[in-house]
Amino acid sequence: MRVVLAEDLFLLRDGLVRMLEAYDFEIAAAVETGPELTRALAELEPDVAVVDVRLPPSHTDEGLQCALAARRARPGLPVLVLSQHVEQLYARELLADGNGGIGYLLKDRVFDADQFIDAVRRVAAGGTAMDPQVISQLLSRRSQDSPMAGLTPREREVMELMAQGRSNGAIASQMVVTERAVAKHTSNIFGKLGLPPSDDDNRRVLAVLAYLDRG
Amino acid sequence: MTATRAIRGRLRASLLDAWRAFGLSFVSLAGSVTLFVLSLLSITLILLGVGLVTTPTVLAAVREHAELRRRLAAAWSDVRIPAAYRPFPPDLRTGFTGQVERTTLLLKDPATWRDLRWLLVDMTAGYALLALTFALVVFPVEGLAVAAGLWRAFGDDPYWYGFVPVTGQASALAAGALGAVLLLLAPRTTRPLLRLHFVLARAVLAPTHEEELARRIDRLTETRYEAVDTAASELRRIERDLHDGAQARLVAMGMNLGTIEALVEKDPAQAKKLLAMARESSAEALTELRDLVRGIHPPVLAERGLGDAVKALALRLPLATEVSVELPGRAEAPVESAAYFAVSEALTNAVKHAGADRVWVDMHHADGMLRVSVTDNGKGGAVVGAGSGLSGIERRLGTFDGVLAVSSPAGGPTMVTMEIPCALS
Repeated sequence: MRVVLAEDLFLLRDGLVRMLEAYDFEIAAAVETGPELTRALAELEPDVAVVDVRLPPSHTDEGLQCALAARRARPGLPVLVLSQHVEQLYARELLADGNGGIGYLLKDRVFDADQFIDAVRRVAAGGTAMDPQVISQLLSRRSQDSPMAGLTPREREVMELMAQGRSNGAIASQMVVTERAVAKHTSNIFGKLGLPPSDDDNRRVLAVLAYLDRG
Repeated sequence: MTATRAIRGRLRASLLDAWRAFGLSFVSLAGSVTLFVLSLLSITLILLGVGLVTTPTVLAAVREHAELRRRLAAAWSDVRIPAAYRPFPPDLRTGFTGQVERTTLLLKDPATWRDLRWLLVDMTAGYALLALTFALVVFPVEGLAVAAGLWRAFGDDPYWYGFVPVTGQASALAAGALGAVLLLLAPRTTRPLLRLHFVLARAVLAPTHEEELARRIDRLTETRYEAVDTAASELRRIERDLHDGAQARLVAMGMNLGTIEALVEKDPAQAKKLLAMARESSAEALTELRDLVRGIHPPVLAERGLGDAVKALALRLPLATEVSVELPGRAEAPVESAAYFAVSEALTNAVKHAGADRVWVDMHHADGMLRVSVTDNGKGGAVVGAGSGLSGIERRLGTFDGVLAVSSPAGGPTMVTMEIPCALS
């Protein structure tokens, strides 16, 4: 799998390259500025891009803007955005096109290599990887909402993991239950929230995120 | 039709001016004369000691009198007369000594002497202008009355209406015609005359350029001191947070790693446990650093500017927040930062103290001013007082010549408005 990586801090870029290579990714390019990233995304056509929000030369949200522009040029281009801080505002912009293949994680998540690599693979496959912090922010704003209040604690937990972009299998292993139990919870959640049921994992995640963001 | 209506409207306006001038002429003459005499008396009596007690009261009344004129000038003729009284220091003593201090301060204030000078001008020239304004409407009306039959009351002696000697109905009609012409001219004269009265007041009452500069320097000294003070205490807070937080955690991590090194062969299970702890502590250190950074300069502010930073902030709040932003560019970083923390504080108050469930934030830039308002539907009763977060905001905005106003009647709603002069780029 070919990756384009954009990160301006040498130590982090180097660490990420090592980690991705250790998990058999091919680094198509590891760049450090916005313009370089734009060029690499257009020319190298990677399977997934891992992008830091803040990049030189402007040191604003240049990485995010490059990623969004690249996705406008090539809809569905898988992009995993990393940042020192997560904002619902940015998550909303990333998810706005409804295409999937989007990840948005705190840089801290690279501590857990297995989970991080899992997120990269998920995004590359057109799935979603939202940082737990984004999800808990979304959930905290919706707590008084009546349909949400109707969820059992267990269902809430499933919903939280689902919103992060985890598959039923991953949720099942994390919660130490069977996949069938998770499937039951998910159909309950969709029923209670009045969302149309779907067999497609990605569609389901996007529906839940859209529901949470509506608040 | 429209022409008649326009004339009628103008006549009505000049009648209103005349009526205002009439009322104000009493205030001007009686008020200014009385207050001038009292002030003079009170200041003279300082020699006997009595004046020390009476002067602050009398001068306060003078200031009220001048203040009323300032308000009317702004409301009636759109003439702004700045007030430049020196504020009393907050630690003024009570009782007789306090009164003496007050008297001294008042007599040292050039604004006091300007007020007294104005009283003299107001009771003479000022009054004359008001009387003239009034007369310019009453005199023509008299002419009409003379024409209508009032001339009979004057008997045989010729009554001079202006330059017209009134002896019979014919000449009375001439007087009426003159009156009508003057009445039609009245709308052109009353407004400028009334305005002239206020302009005269402004010429005497407004502080001189030098005084304004002196006041400006005082204000700059004060705000600079506060800015330096705030910056220093912020740095102390950051130092303490780093020292007790991230720094301490890194020390603990280093220690753990040392232990792990020693244990890794002897007791791999224990080493693994410690490794997990080290990782956890590094995650916690990161969280703490992130919060600290957010408190120093929020990342979204650096990345996107004020508008999006406040939007991102609103999304973190546990209550419904509407943010409307109309900023065609970005302000200077320190201004953005001050405005951001001001909004943040106002929002925190809305959540914590007001018990609101809806908040509206409006930000726009007009006439060289960044204007921000934060309104909530909570229970109100917020005050800008010593130690409150709002007074901190006020100080911080003061560095940029910004101002803060809070309207928060008991029962709500609370509206915090801020204005900061700045340019957008």
